[in-house]
Amino acid sequence: MKDWPLYEVFIRSKNGLNHKHVGSLHASDAHMAIQNARDVYTRRTEGVSIWVVEAKHITASNPDDKESLFDPAEDKVYRHPTFYELPNALKHM
Amino acid sequence: MENVNSFEERFQQKIDNEEKIEARDWMPEAYRKTLIRQISQHAHSEIVGMLPEGNFITRAPSLKRKLALLAKVQDEAGHGLYLYSATETLGISRDELIDQLHSGKAKYSSIFNYPTLTWSDIGAIGWLVDGAAIMNQVALCRTSYGPYARAMVRICKEESFHQRQGYDILLTMCNGTAEQKEMVQDSVNRWWWPSLMMFGPSDSDSPHSAQSLKWKVKRLSNDELRQRFVDMTVPQAEILGITLPDPLLKYNESRGHYDFGEIDWEEFRQVVSGNGPCNKERLQARVKAHEEGNWVREAASAYAEKMKSKSLASVA
Repeated sequence: MKDWPLYEVFIRSKNGLNHKHVGSLHASDAHMAIQNARDVYTRRTEGVSIWVVEAKHITASNPDDKESLFDPAEDKVYRHPTFYELPNALKHM
Repeated sequence: MENVNSFEERFQQKIDNEEKIEARDWMPEAYRKTLIRQISQHAHSEIVGMLPEGNFITRAPSLKRKLALLAKVQDEAGHGLYLYSATETLGISRDELIDQLHSGKAKYSSIFNYPTLTWSDIGAIGWLVDGAAIMNQVALCRTSYGPYARAMVRICKEESFHQRQGYDILLTMCNGTAEQKEMVQDSVNRWWWPSLMMFGPSDSDSPHSAQSLKWKVKRLSNDELRQRFVDMTVPQAEILGITLPDPLLKYNESRGHYDFGEIDWEEFRQVVSGNGPCNKERLQARVKAHEEGNWVREAASAYAEKMKSKSLASVA
């Protein structure tokens, strides 16, 4: 197991849907990671497609930056359709 | 400058608000340690839990039973892997985790230190042991640590088949010959008390419980879960037409629950501290499998290295 990289696993449950992160596993290379992911994460027809990516290649935002990254969206209510009041007579918009 | 106290207060606030904690969020060291201990114990239990049942794969009485048992044992390997991955998000490596199991430093559920003597033991394990595990795991789907909660959701989805396949084995045998039914009764007599022990020490005697409940690592206490398990299981035993080996087991109208006898805590302590019937055998089997698989891991690493240098060479 030593030196075997950690892979993050993403599964598309059916065509038309996004690949979704399901977990991680160790493998000696990407090919084995796919095979292991198939055994570990799709024993009950959970998927039609698997992506694996070495965890070290993922750059993640820092939880400490949560406010500066995401709070500015909170006071921008005008980005949502419910901000705009429409006359009752108008049925579909 | 914020001090640790205010970090801890904010952390507890998040927990109180039912927010999940994710891998890179700040957390108290003790929370991290508690989780590593609990999740890895859980992972080890899944892995060691394959051994008592694996013992019967080659001797299953029919192809149908064999396929189901194989699938169940394979699930347990999968559950161990989900949980090892969740533990690793807390900053401990897989190798360390496995070393801790093999050196005896980390514990696994004491139930797996009991032997599987007959085929009906496989049924009793599915019904009682997986039943008790599910009781515990359903509550853990709401645990405060995100990666652990997600692993539990996945596990719970798969686990109910385990219990049904066990119950189905017992039901078939109970509808069979008198000898088969007796075999079931014997299995249940042996597995009932160890299954109750799976919920851990009584609340009054459980050193980590209060803090774990405050952190919502655990959502229900050991005794609450044990009571739920007893209440759920008694009617299922009646349908099988067998008795549970506890003369004090009786419905208590005023409590709305079944009363049951005292667990033999001395036996529990003995098994946890390594003196159960199969502790040595289980660990030896684990270590042996790991060591004998070493050449496979080495070969895979060598192959990956070779392919990497080949593809580098073709680029150059």
